[in-house]
Amino acid sequence: MGPLYPQGIINSEFNILIAVLIGAVFGFILEASGFTNTRKLAGVFYGYDATVIKVFFTAAMTAAIGLLIMHYLGWIDVKLTFYPKTFWIPTLIGGAIMGLGFIVGGFCPGTSLCAAATGKIDAVVFIGGVMLGIFGFIFTYDWLFAGLRKSGKMGDVDIAQWLGISDGLFIFIMIIITLVSFVVFQKWQDSQTKNMEQRDLNELGLHKPE
Amino acid sequence: MSNKRKKRTKWLKQFKFNKRSNKYINSYVGGFLLGLLIIVALYFSGEGLGSSGGYRDVAVAVLDKVSPDYAQGNSYIGPRLASGESPLKTWLVFELIGVIMGAILSGAIFNRLHLRIGKAPHITNKKRLLFAVIGGILWGVGTQLGRGCTSGLVLSGMAVNSLSGYIGLIGIFGFGFIFAFIFKSIWIKTNK
Repeated sequence: MGPLYPQGIINSEFNILIAVLIGAVFGFILEASGFTNTRKLAGVFYGYDATVIKVFFTAAMTAAIGLLIMHYLGWIDVKLTFYPKTFWIPTLIGGAIMGLGFIVGGFCPGTSLCAAATGKIDAVVFIGGVMLGIFGFIFTYDWLFAGLRKSGKMGDVDIAQWLGISDGLFIFIMIIITLVSFVVFQKWQDSQTKNMEQRDLNELGLHKPE
Repeated sequence: MSNKRKKRTKWLKQFKFNKRSNKYINSYVGGFLLGLLIIVALYFSGEGLGSSGGYRDVAVAVLDKVSPDYAQGNSYIGPRLASGESPLKTWLVFELIGVIMGAILSGAIFNRLHLRIGKAPHITNKKRLLFAVIGGILWGVGTQLGRGCTSGLVLSGMAVNSLSGYIGLIGIFGFGFIFAFIFKSIWIKTNK
């Protein structure tokens, strides 16, 4: 039963090897899906490119469904994994700061690493900014962020339990929301790309709606 | 073909591989593979796919190198140095090494390894780089405060149904749409 490493079923050398392999596939998928193209990433917020929504929600739902099945079959106990503890106040505020960073900077940390690796100079500069921000956070932690970061503590919270419904029902609702969002964002993309210049479409790897 | 049938196939088309767009892989295929990868990471290592945690580990290692006394005494990063192990010997750092390799491999296969600045055409290079560094700084602070980024907090968090992941989703994407409206001129050419 998984997870294997936290229960000592595989050793740390094997775990590190797996980390590199998983990272390599992760980087490959991000690059191949177009996530090193900053205009594609920004496009989700302006409607002209639905790629981020499609990749992101397909991945989240695939994993959620798979893990739910594995949980029922007794193959994995997700509570033994990295399972994130909820601190709702700093995560919401931090999320808003990241949202602003996404619009201004055009990347997130993972996508910027892939973009920098494939030669995007703006991504290298972005990563420099991320490091500056982390150093700044560390230096000012005690007098500026310590209290806020620990506020809103709720522990290991499953959103379905928190809403008072079953995991299966929650995932079912999320699948419906996901499918609706695919259709809505596709329609938005079609309406935006209809009048776009061919040069821009080529750069985004998109085509005009039929 | 009846009209109803035609309508149905048109709707289905968006989920199919489109031959005319061969620059990037199909988004649903990419997303499906990414979802499977999250399951593999959780099953073998008990880890989510993350990024910002690895960046933080690098920052911790740099500070530990430059000023070990300061680093070990700092209440945010000190606990990470208590074991005496190198702060770089973490799952996330090795995963990020893999990410770099995988991105280069994909870039090489699809012929996308070029030095360039990605941006909207109407923005100058100088402006783009300035915005990139500001955006990066915001991410640096936001990830440490919010406990993760798009991959580790939101994507992997949503995979395990954690409330934290969904709060991160609302934070990053919800507020993202609001800020996108305010800062539209960075990405969309407006006729002024």
